[in-house]
Amino acid sequence: MFELKNISKKVGDGYHIRDVSLRLEKGSLNVLLGPTLSGKTTLMRLMAGLDKPTEGDIIFNGESVLGVPVQKRNIAMVYQQFINYPAMTVYENIASPMRISGLSKSDIDKKVRSAAELMKLSEFLDRTPLNLSGGQQQRTALARALVKGAELVLLDEPLANLDYKLREELRVELPRLFAETGAVLVYATTEPHEALLLGGNTATLSEGRITQFGKSISVHNNPVDLSTAQIFSDPPMNMLNVKKSNGEIEFEGEKASLPQELVSLPDGNYKVGVRPHHIQLVKPSEDTLTVTAKIATTEITGSESFIHIEKSDYQWVALTHGVHRVDIGETVPVYLNPSDFFFFDGHDKLVASPARLQGENN
Amino acid sequence: MDKPFNNKAWFLVLPVFILVAISAIIPLMTVVNYSVQDTFGNNQFFWAGTEWFVEVLHSQRFWDAFLKNIAFSATILVIEIPLGIVIALSMPKRGIWVPFCLVLMSLPLLIPWNVVGTIWQVFGRADIGLLGYFLDWLGISYNYATNAVDAWITIIIMDVWHWTSLVVLLSYAGLVSIPEAYYQAARIDGASKWKVFRYIQLPKMNRVLLIAVLLRFMDSFMVYTEPFVLTGGGPGNSTTFLSIDLVKMAIGQFDLGPAAAMSLVYFLVVLLVSWVFFTVMTNLDADAPEKGVQD
Repeated sequence: MFELKNISKKVGDGYHIRDVSLRLEKGSLNVLLGPTLSGKTTLMRLMAGLDKPTEGDIIFNGESVLGVPVQKRNIAMVYQQFINYPAMTVYENIASPMRISGLSKSDIDKKVRSAAELMKLSEFLDRTPLNLSGGQQQRTALARALVKGAELVLLDEPLANLDYKLREELRVELPRLFAETGAVLVYATTEPHEALLLGGNTATLSEGRITQFGKSISVHNNPVDLSTAQIFSDPPMNMLNVKKSNGEIEFEGEKASLPQELVSLPDGNYKVGVRPHHIQLVKPSEDTLTVTAKIATTEITGSESFIHIEKSDYQWVALTHGVHRVDIGETVPVYLNPSDFFFFDGHDKLVASPARLQGENN
Repeated sequence: MDKPFNNKAWFLVLPVFILVAISAIIPLMTVVNYSVQDTFGNNQFFWAGTEWFVEVLHSQRFWDAFLKNIAFSATILVIEIPLGIVIALSMPKRGIWVPFCLVLMSLPLLIPWNVVGTIWQVFGRADIGLLGYFLDWLGISYNYATNAVDAWITIIIMDVWHWTSLVVLLSYAGLVSIPEAYYQAARIDGASKWKVFRYIQLPKMNRVLLIAVLLRFMDSFMVYTEPFVLTGGGPGNSTTFLSIDLVKMAIGQFDLGPAAAMSLVYFLVVLLVSWVFFTVMTNLDADAPEKGVQD
């Protein structure tokens, strides 16, 4: 078990990491999800022991490892850039951590070959990294981390520099490969869908703080606060301020009645988050909030269209399936179903999430 | 009427052609012209064929100077390349001292050759030079004007002082381009400082080092100003390098034919050795890009 206890990292007057506590189980996959500059890399450096926290303690297998230098901690790290020893062959690269730890030649050979097999590198063992494609270079780096038998494996956006197809492929393989080693796996990413696809647990990071930690799907479905909801949504969650009174909500003069389970919410002002695919352009059969908004731009990806719309000061993105031909500047009605709403109170805490998602908490 | 081809391009190429002709081709061809003819002045020329080339290649004087050049370049490279790498490694990678160090390192490069020569010539004099006087005071006999070894040492120090900075700057450029993650990865692996140098820094620097070796070789092989200012090739013939000998022959003795033949041989040697250096070093660099997939 790997545990961070109230660790902080202060640089100058500002905190890069503030009061982070996490308990990561052996053999678990943990995603650090947060936008750029949210502190993912700093946190990983602290976990690795490359930097020391200014406050707090790091416990590994019941013992504090703060005083243990990084090379004695038995960790492995893979970076966004493809980091391999440039003058060594792939074989030597994979073997390098074991050479330092002094394994016998035949053991090293066996491990290198089986890791190369898993990473589909067998035919490239004699090449140097620069003679490989980006994906092969990163697989070499991953193979090096794999053979090391590290107890803590840190992957810092390892797939970010790879092309789409390779990323998909490796994303499926990675958790499985490392799960077999029983290591604590930490995976940093900026992409919400990657956290969901990897499964496991997710810790959302915002400005150096962990906003929530739990099963990826439950963090996604029931974000505790607004910033977690924002981090765990791509494109960003659409926000609107509504006023609730009796069984109704009001937004910019438009009204809609609430579903039964939300009627009991105290009356008052709420911030509401709506996921992009819940802004509908076609009137659904249910009772909805109907808003007339102006179309700003559209992005068509083929199977999906992102439609950017504006309503007074609000800017929203609607995600619709298929290709929608809409004219920029045109005013159209869009339909929002209150049962898709995430309600946040004045302190940005979640007070209600869509009822159908609550069962998936655990 | 639309012509798919016309001769307009020639007009665009012409200025460059004229410039190159004036600066390189015409002087070179003049030298070639001299090298195969004999002249006694009055603009009278007699065909000499390969006579001068044969004479130059069989003359002890040429090979003496040639060996001196080789010895000089080899010494320079052996000192300047490792020294430059060591200095580059010890320079700060970031912080307020970086610009300071860079300016300090660039200063010698901004000083013209003959000024460097004069500085050291005065500096090393036993009667008025700080260094010469100090060494004399210490009881070390040092006189570049009479002792060949002292003259060599002085010229080598001059060149090291003048040009190590170039190696430093090139190596430094190579070093700072290494992503921080490499060093982190090495720390995690528990690699020693030497291993970091051997397996990360050196391989990442090899391209700039190749350029440094090439530039320093070519430049040091053409050494002229320093020995010329210091002793004019002396004492005796001890610092008479090819370039100095060439000038003596061409302007001192007015032997234009042999001098032209010698300068062509000299030019070809620099070209050949540089080419060999380049080919060997790019092949040593196992990352020949045409072999594998690049992205």
